[in-house]
Amino acid sequence: MIKISTIFAAALISLGLAGPVLAAEAEPITKQHWSFAGLFGTFDQMQLQRGFQVFREVCSNCHSARLLAFRNLAEEGGPKFSEGQVKELAAQYKVSDVGVEGGSRTALPSDHWPSPFATELDARAANGGALPPDMSVLAKARSIEDAFPNWVFNYFTTYAEGGPDYIHALLNGYVDPAPDGFQLPEGKYYNTVFPGHAIGMPPPLSDGQVTYTAAADGSTVPLTVDQYSKDVSAYLMWLAEPHLDVDKQAGFRVLTFLILFAVLMYLVKNRVWRHVEH
Amino acid sequence: MSAHESKYTPTNPAAKWLEDRLPIMGFAKSTLVDFPTPKNLNYWWVFGAILAFMLGEQIVTGIILAMHYTPEASLAFDSVEAIKRDVNGGRILQAVHSTGASMFFFAVYIHIFRGLYFGSYKAPREVLWILGVIIYLLMMATAFFGYVLPWGQMSFWAAAVITNIFAAIPVIGDPVLQLLRGGFSVDNPTLNRFFSLHYLLPFVIAAVVVLHIWALHVPGNNNPVGVEVKSERDTVPFHPFYTIKDLFAVIVFCIPFAWFAFFAPDIFGHADNYIQANPLVTPPHIVPEWYFLPFYAILRAIDFNFILDSKLLGVIFFGGSILILFFLPWLDTSKVKSGTFRPAFKWFYAVFVLNFLALMWYGAQEPGLQIIGPFTVADTSKLSVVYYFAYFLVILPLLSRFEKPRQLPNSISEAVLKLSKSVSGADPAMPAAH
Repeated sequence: MIKISTIFAAALISLGLAGPVLAAEAEPITKQHWSFAGLFGTFDQMQLQRGFQVFREVCSNCHSARLLAFRNLAEEGGPKFSEGQVKELAAQYKVSDVGVEGGSRTALPSDHWPSPFATELDARAANGGALPPDMSVLAKARSIEDAFPNWVFNYFTTYAEGGPDYIHALLNGYVDPAPDGFQLPEGKYYNTVFPGHAIGMPPPLSDGQVTYTAAADGSTVPLTVDQYSKDVSAYLMWLAEPHLDVDKQAGFRVLTFLILFAVLMYLVKNRVWRHVEH
Repeated sequence: MSAHESKYTPTNPAAKWLEDRLPIMGFAKSTLVDFPTPKNLNYWWVFGAILAFMLGEQIVTGIILAMHYTPEASLAFDSVEAIKRDVNGGRILQAVHSTGASMFFFAVYIHIFRGLYFGSYKAPREVLWILGVIIYLLMMATAFFGYVLPWGQMSFWAAAVITNIFAAIPVIGDPVLQLLRGGFSVDNPTLNRFFSLHYLLPFVIAAVVVLHIWALHVPGNNNPVGVEVKSERDTVPFHPFYTIKDLFAVIVFCIPFAWFAFFAPDIFGHADNYIQANPLVTPPHIVPEWYFLPFYAILRAIDFNFILDSKLLGVIFFGGSILILFFLPWLDTSKVKSGTFRPAFKWFYAVFVLNFLALMWYGAQEPGLQIIGPFTVADTSKLSVVYYFAYFLVILPLLSRFEKPRQLPNSISEAVLKLSKSVSGADPAMPAAH
């Protein structure tokens, strides 16, 4: 009789043949520890607030985030600024509105984050021909390739942090000058992680560039590129997956229910079948 | 509808009145309650119920998603994001639907491979099997149309690559291609018609499922021994025995389903599908969803001209790899159904399963990737294609001439008794089976 374990063993063997070939090819990216990783992970509210600060002061000068509404910043499971803070923040921005005189007005919490450039052409013109991608779901649109057998384990650990790991590695992956023999095109920068290594984005972060205010309990974090990139990667993950915490909570309730239900159903099934030889 | 008689006699006058005019309750009782089912079905037989559940689940979540989705090329991507962000429970709904597609295919593959091992396609169940292959084809079409709807990069390029396959057909290829796309390239008309078809096909599947179950109820279930039911002692009524067992299986199946839907909703997908469709940028690796990979590998393996052009030849192998299943009942000439009693078949079958998994892996790799020495995926995958077709066209037709099957038990009851004796040394004082 065929057993599931046989099929799995077979799958592992057939894939195992190609494992070493794959391992040699991929650029190794060190996985970071993320507070939102794994079954029990949740977003760190303070980290999201810091990440938002980096996004606002640095990234958003060139990158849009058209799916982000100001109100999201006050919602459960996110940076959770107060409603007053969000109102105040929105008031600092102008959004275009064809329904008002002059075509633009002060933003409200219900408005979406205004884009730094009106059109793709403007964005390219201001960035040496490169288009800074929209950041709304960027953390989901990037990932890292795991060599065999690691990707098999991902199904059991629910690894879904390839995006933040990639973004963190990219922000820390600049090398200047480029390695000998690498033909770096004019206006490009060498990055170990970026496909093809020539990236249009200049190194966006430097140590001490963003000044964090101390947390309520007086704790501080280092003002380094590594810390900034961790914070902004976490923030981008929240931006792409704003209901992550709530979904995991629901997932726990559903799994608990299903497991208990399955145990009960198993007992019922055994009782129904107890007099039947099968 | 079924071969067995209904034992339903209503006592309530209203029920009797209805039964005289439309015997629907009697029909329901005979098909869902009294239906005599072999008592020795193992857990490989629960996937029929799981698939029925998955079809219902996909239709319900799909209908709700359609209430919020906008099938227009410039709005589709953002409307899916709006479902995830702003619709109450939308992220969970969308995740259940998209991971549900993967779980649906996982279940259907086990269901199909169970049929392949236990010879469920053999007489008198040929029509049952053929209806199953039709359902599988409809599922593939539905899943493909659905994958295009979020209008990400992989959606768009999958639509471009898959519709382009039809262009290889001589004479009618180009008109078919334009009909599928609604124009010369994949664009808004493509999205519109794919949405319409994605909504339509699940109901066609449901209709064929009814036929599939009808065709099941005429000869009754196959079983792990492959010996037909001889007497009532071999069977138990469907309810409560299999309703309870199937329900238990559905609940257990939902555990990994919920695991993925809630904790790793994108693990089956490709990161590129979070980039909005862009006709001007081709992704570096266009790969289909995992459940299409074996057939994609077959399509790509045919990269040489042989009388016909390689493109047309590839399409013939690609289509043939599924259409061949229609002829399987007549290709396998062995009278013995269950693989358990076929010592040689077992090995060829095991290799077939491994080979199918290998094809799945090949489908996800670059054709130029070196496997052993100078041999690349493009080379070694050809061996897998050869075995895939040889299994159906050479091995199964010829195997019965050389293979000496093991002695079959006289009946299901005898097989069950023998099994329980060899396992536990059953107590002869045990009450007789139903």
